[in-house]
Amino acid sequence: MSRELSPEAQKEFDWLVTRYPQREAAMLPTLRLIEREFGCIDPEGMKLCAQLIGCSPAKVFGVVTFYTHYKRETDGENVVYVCGTLPCALRGSDALADYLCDRVGIGLGETTEDRKITIKKVECLALCDQAPVCQVEDVDWLRVSKEKADEMLESLGIPKRETAGAAAGGEEKRS
Amino acid sequence: MSAISKPSDTLAFEPVLTRYIGKKDSHTLDFYLSHGGYDAAKRVVRDYKPDEVIDAVKKSGLRGRGGAGFPCGLKWSFVPKKTDKPKYLVCNADESEPGTFKDRVINEEDPHQLLEGILITCWAVGIETAYIYIRGEMWRGAQRLKAAIDEAYAKGYLGKKIFGKKFNLDVTVHRGAGAYICGEETGMLSSLEGGRGYPKLKPPFPAVEGLFRCPTVVNNVETLANLPHIFNRGIEWYRSIGTEESPGPKLFCVSGHVNKPGVYERPLGIPLRELIYDVCGGIPGDRGIRAVIPGGSSAPFLGPDELDTPMSYEGLKDAGSMLGSAGVIVLDDTTDLLSALLNVGKFYHHESCGQCTPCREGCGWVEKILQRMHDGRGRSEDIDLVDEICNQMVGKTICVLSDALAMPAQSVLKKFRPELEKLIAQGRPDVLCELAREPSPAL
Ligand SMILES: Cc1cc2nc3c(=O)[nH]c(=O)nc-3n(C[C@H](O)[C@H](O)[C@H](O)COP(=O)(O)O)c2cc1C
Ligand code: SF4
Ligand code: FES
Repeated sequence: MSRELSPEAQKEFDWLVTRYPQREAAMLPTLRLIEREFGCIDPEGMKLCAQLIGCSPAKVFGVVTFYTHYKRETDGENVVYVCGTLPCALRGSDALADYLCDRVGIGLGETTEDRKITIKKVECLALCDQAPVCQVEDVDWLRVSKEKADEMLESLGIPKRETAGAAAGGEEKRS
Repeated sequence: MSAISKPSDTLAFEPVLTRYIGKKDSHTLDFYLSHGGYDAAKRVVRDYKPDEVIDAVKKSGLRGRGGAGFPCGLKWSFVPKKTDKPKYLVCNADESEPGTFKDRVINEEDPHQLLEGILITCWAVGIETAYIYIRGEMWRGAQRLKAAIDEAYAKGYLGKKIFGKKFNLDVTVHRGAGAYICGEETGMLSSLEGGRGYPKLKPPFPAVEGLFRCPTVVNNVETLANLPHIFNRGIEWYRSIGTEESPGPKLFCVSGHVNKPGVYERPLGIPLRELIYDVCGGIPGDRGIRAVIPGGSSAPFLGPDELDTPMSYEGLKDAGSMLGSAGVIVLDDTTDLLSALLNVGKFYHHESCGQCTPCREGCGWVEKILQRMHDGRGRSEDIDLVDEICNQMVGKTICVLSDALAMPAQSVLKKFRPELEKLIAQGRPDVLCELAREPSPAL
């Protein structure tokens, strides 16, 4: 059975297309809508997008694969983005990425077997004064020390290490 | 002739663009209105003819804050007056140049300031449809902008017959999805049209043929945020800030090895040294400086002997670098420059859209050779080899992403050659070749 948008999402889509003089321009926001509705953008989602926009699924595939920020079916439930560009690297983002991978037991770019967590590098998140920075779904984690990293992992269901010292204050977390 | 602002000017300076940042509810319409918000737009729409607005912006000397520093009023004047096509404004809120984090502050904390700038622009150029293209990762900025737009519609500041005049304007927030190249203006237009973010050959320039092949103004968030102030306080006041060729206030983003990284608003022309030592509290542990990238990762590196460079468009051009996005990245004297440059190389290789051979292949080769130098497998000819590849990358491609790696790479090869030669001769990995061994938020 082919997929459909929920009535609310359909309403949002109908509004979206009124914002652009050409239907295809609604492509990126429509993909966001599908991502939100179905948790990720998989081949079925791309087909749905093609139907809604009125273009070929191949066109949608070409667009989706150009961008790195859409959640794909190969990603885990939570994607942990670790910023790796220079200002964060100067404050230890490489070591942070290693630490996170180590604790979760996967490599960079990989997903845990239970499909709960994916860890990826991301380019500058425009929070360089708060380096090193991570983003997990809609939360930015700022000035991430190892202790803060443990706290972040705990929010994803990974218990803290026994040896970890007192956790750093959490006020810098933005939600 | 540039009248470089003296430190006294910069110390007495009161913030303009960021004056409400940090105040409670600064992002709401109520707050904005209670501080004179939309007064400038109202006055401009009621009292100015479009041409007079363009003229005033030209006279103010406002230059684009997105990277290139192109005069804003001049850009607007390239849009054809007589055309039966619709015209568009695309506000560039993609902010993805490593080391740049200023537009985020406006989007999140003072979105109405941006909307007011958009109103003024659209009145001046005769535009009825505007898009704010914001990075996909900036979910909070997108939320705040959407909320601000809803408030503005409800109040009649957007929509039909704005301020009782024959002036209609629709503004839509358009989220990107993680591609640096969508910050380049024509890549942004391709993306907004619903495709891959491929840059397009110029000419035709967007002002003539842009979004949906119609005349389009593309301006950065910070550029637009300057406009209400120019009309509130006048051209003379505006030009009294900064330098002759670079008037106005500027948001400087300082990151890396400084004690107080952050976004700081100062007049254009502030000496780099003052920014680092007086504004940002100097270098942790009182260490020395090895290099400074003054304008986002695309800008050529400055050495420690260049700290007196004025942070203006012309000052940095004279120093062989550029102001770019004013993303100032400070590297202390413990920094391994090869690792730093490799990090930059990886970024541009990853973000090249792949349309042009010199960029796609060049960025890849530069990264590969830097990697082998970094890993202790460098050859004595590698420095010249990278330099030669960079020569082939500059000025030969559709957009300047290719130059954005070649220029900083060549600056490092030139300014720090003996150091690199020593590293190659020593071989790795017996020397320190990491940027930081621990996640160190506090340094
Ligand atoms: C590779 C590349 C990336 C760019 N990224 C941005 C960006 O993230 N934000 C921005 O405002 N301008 C960016 N620019 C500059 C834009 O192309 C354009 O010059 C600018 O948005 C024009 O606005 P302004 O005149 O107000 O500065 C980029 C340019 C290039 C070549
Ligand atoms: S220079 Fe690079 S990023 Fe720009 S269009 Fe060519 S390949 Fe794409
Ligand atoms: S480099 Fe990490 S936020 Fe900018």
